[in-house]
Amino acid sequence: MSAMLLAAGSAPTHEAVVFWILAPIAVIGALGLVFARSAVHAAVLLALVMLSLAAFYTAEAAPFLAVVQVVVYTGAVLMLFLFVLMLVGVDSADSLVETLRGQRVAGAFIALGFAVLLIVALAGTLGSFHSHGLAGAQGEKGNVVAIAELLFSRYVFAFEATSALLITAGLGAMVLAHRERTAPRRTQRERMLERVQRGGAALAPLPGPGVYADHDAVDTPALLPDGSVALTSVPEYLQIARVDTRADAVDRELEAGA
Amino acid sequence: MSPDYYLYLSAVLFTIGALGVLIRRNAIVVFMCVELMLNAVNLSLVTFSRMNGNLDGQIIAFFVMVVAAAEVVIGLAIIMSIFRSRRSTSVDDANLLKY
Repeated sequence: MSAMLLAAGSAPTHEAVVFWILAPIAVIGALGLVFARSAVHAAVLLALVMLSLAAFYTAEAAPFLAVVQVVVYTGAVLMLFLFVLMLVGVDSADSLVETLRGQRVAGAFIALGFAVLLIVALAGTLGSFHSHGLAGAQGEKGNVVAIAELLFSRYVFAFEATSALLITAGLGAMVLAHRERTAPRRTQRERMLERVQRGGAALAPLPGPGVYADHDAVDTPALLPDGSVALTSVPEYLQIARVDTRADAVDRELEAGA
Repeated sequence: MSPDYYLYLSAVLFTIGALGVLIRRNAIVVFMCVELMLNAVNLSLVTFSRMNGNLDGQIIAFFVMVVAAAEVVIGLAIIMSIFRSRRSTSVDDANLLKY
């Protein structure tokens, strides 16, 4: 598989086709990320940019990083973003009030100037640069094995430090997301005593729905011994919408039978 | 194809991400723009690795990804705890330390 990807990446025309199709998509996706009203749209457009970057990695003879890009970035990081978006509320719209006057225009100008600076500097330096290609570095081993050899020899301390970093980050997220209970948890005994002191008919469990020849659904009210409808036998959220008609129907049927 | 074009693309994506950080007010979107900048830098690292003919650039891009994952976890947890206390994710609303 990786050999195939490498072969495809080394063919110059294939790579050019991939680049000139995906580069505009990535740029448009990035611009959409900046200008999208809804944060969810921004997240989906960011996924588009990340996936096209993964395609660039395969074209640049880095299949391992391409897979990591899809799994870690598009899979984990972006889903975490969407998860937090859902927790925070999707409709949290961006405020259009400018706290600093003219800040948006100034930001756009600074970004434009930065882009010009960067591209001019690149154009000035890159012309004389001779590109080597990765064939010499990874040899016959292939990308993944070559990366593994480097990662577990020269970079092994950095790799171990990374594991400490990840554990610390996980602990930190747990501490930050943890909420301390402000009141002690009420025990079952306390709740029982409270219910008995309140008294009334709520001591026993609520009555179940009525069972008739043609209805036994949860919205069908049960009847009390005196023939009246027991409203507590129907869940509250159903009572709001439907119990009147169903109770009326039961009443009518009782009258017709009597 | 010359790998230079990847560097230009990376510069453009980085600039767009910086623009988003400068002009957006929703903390989560600002954070996504930071991720876009990190991704753009990764693209340039992979391209440098190819131009120089050694794999160190790819290794550093890998470490950038790991650090970005840790950073996202902490950053989103901070955004959530700010949202809990202030009911807002706008970067303008967290201003208690101002002046």
